[in-house]
Amino acid sequence: MKISESGVRYVADLANLKLTDSEIARLAKDMDEILTHMDALSELDTSTVEPMAQVLYQSEETATLRRDEIIPPIGNQAALANAPLAGAGYYKVPKVIER
Amino acid sequence: MNVESLTIEQVQTGLAARQFSAVELAQSALKFAQAENPKTNAYLHFCPERALAAAERVDQKLAAGEKAGALAGVPLAVKDVIVTEGVRTTCGSRLLEHYVPPYNATAVTRLEQAGAVVIGKTNCDEFAMGSSNENSAFGPVRNPAALDRVPGGSSGGSAAAVAQGTAVVALGSDTGGSVRQPASFCGVVGVTPTYGRVSRYGLVAFASSLDHIGPLGRTVRDAALLLETMAGRDDCDATSAFAPVPRYTAQLDGEVSGTRIGLPREYFEGLASESGDRIHRAIEVLKKLGCEVRDISLPATKYAVPCYYIIATAEASSNLARYDGVRYTTRASDETLSGMYRGTRGEGFGAECKRRIMLGTYVLSHGYYDAYYLKAQKVRALIAEDFRRAFTEVDAIVAPVSPSPAFKIGEKIDDPLEMYLSDIYTITGDLAGIPCMSVPCGKTSEGLPVGMQILTRHFDETGMFRLADAFEKAGGFAGSN
Repeated sequence: MKISESGVRYVADLANLKLTDSEIARLAKDMDEILTHMDALSELDTSTVEPMAQVLYQSEETATLRRDEIIPPIGNQAALANAPLAGAGYYKVPKVIER
Repeated sequence: MNVESLTIEQVQTGLAARQFSAVELAQSALKFAQAENPKTNAYLHFCPERALAAAERVDQKLAAGEKAGALAGVPLAVKDVIVTEGVRTTCGSRLLEHYVPPYNATAVTRLEQAGAVVIGKTNCDEFAMGSSNENSAFGPVRNPAALDRVPGGSSGGSAAAVAQGTAVVALGSDTGGSVRQPASFCGVVGVTPTYGRVSRYGLVAFASSLDHIGPLGRTVRDAALLLETMAGRDDCDATSAFAPVPRYTAQLDGEVSGTRIGLPREYFEGLASESGDRIHRAIEVLKKLGCEVRDISLPATKYAVPCYYIIATAEASSNLARYDGVRYTTRASDETLSGMYRGTRGEGFGAECKRRIMLGTYVLSHGYYDAYYLKAQKVRALIAEDFRRAFTEVDAIVAPVSPSPAFKIGEKIDDPLEMYLSDIYTITGDLAGIPCMSVPCGKTSEGLPVGMQILTRHFDETGMFRLADAFEKAGGFAGSN
């Protein structure tokens, strides 16, 4: 078995996901099956292969740098327009630090 | 005017001859799309105000004798993972049900500057994760060719809209086949350009090393025109390529004699018999056009599904971390910050997104990174190398798009691995970053569309479109039944 229900709970904790008991049972089954299938990769000898992180094309080192010009940002009001809770020009969240 | 079958060229001719105005066309397209939508659920919402304002601008330009753009008045549907300023963009997710973006995607800006008229936002799998459109929080899309079947995914709404005739062209996004597979299931043309060919600024990120914006249309020319209008470097997307954009549509002369085409044998194993038969008939058409066809091998193909689902889920788990209840409209109430994050994500994401976040978090986690993520990146290099080697011998690769035609709604939804395995023929193109497209090549005896896939070298969209266009002109579509 690749992953147990307690393993699923641990990963859910890393991923900041609240899951129900039935979701955890279902994920343990699905992830086990999918991760077992993924093990097929271990058949391949890749000891001399460089990992490919991106589809890259040759270009000048500085090609992706734009000119150093000031571009007006979208502004505080527009940026906060989709906030579930905002106030005084900031996003508001539950209290993190105890005084 | 018959909105259902219009091409971009016919729209331009009709406007020039004053057969209809852009406003009249927009009104009738909106009316038709709204009336048809209950059948397929292809659109999540319409944007009549934006559409009529755009059409009005086109009419004013035409009245003043000015050029109104290559896409003047053309009704366009946009997948709801591509942001539109002031028009809701939900990504098919409850989490973003009320999200109204403060800016436009570059692709949308460029198409609108060329006169396109965005009429609505199309349904899709949640955050573009799925192969059937059943993962939308707002209900599945039904395939216009057979209403009890899926339209494919994740750009199922865009493919269905174009097939149904409620839009002339549409935008989709492709990470592992999400434009080509629904195009093949619905019987339309769908294109995944070279990685970096189209700016992803404003495409809500799923897996950044694989994400593409791609066009869908009823003809190869329409898809090519859409691509040449939106492609090209954009300073807002550092991964967008500097390579000049050719005028693809100026080179569709039907002459493809001598083109060397490779048929990868790994792509014809395990293919449904009728789909295989339609592809083989299509290959006969290409031979008649003078193409030289030969068998080739892409030996790493059998590792593509695990490779893709490791990389895509890893990147997705990272990209979706931003939906934590702080910035994007939806928040679960909890006294603690951590409880708020967890609750928002637990309540907001659907089952497939959760599965992928979990898989991605697992393969990136301590102790598993080398065995899964790093290994998959190395296998990705082997898959890309297969294509590089093949393209030293052939100019194009022809293959199926999907192992079977459109399946029934509900048929595969309870078996995620089975669903992932059905992506085998499309994910390789995304992993290698090469251009690829689906072009209709007939229907099964049940009337289900089948698509043929064409893949070419990096930035050789021109060769890909020339081949697809020659096939279309040679009556490739007519291979029905």
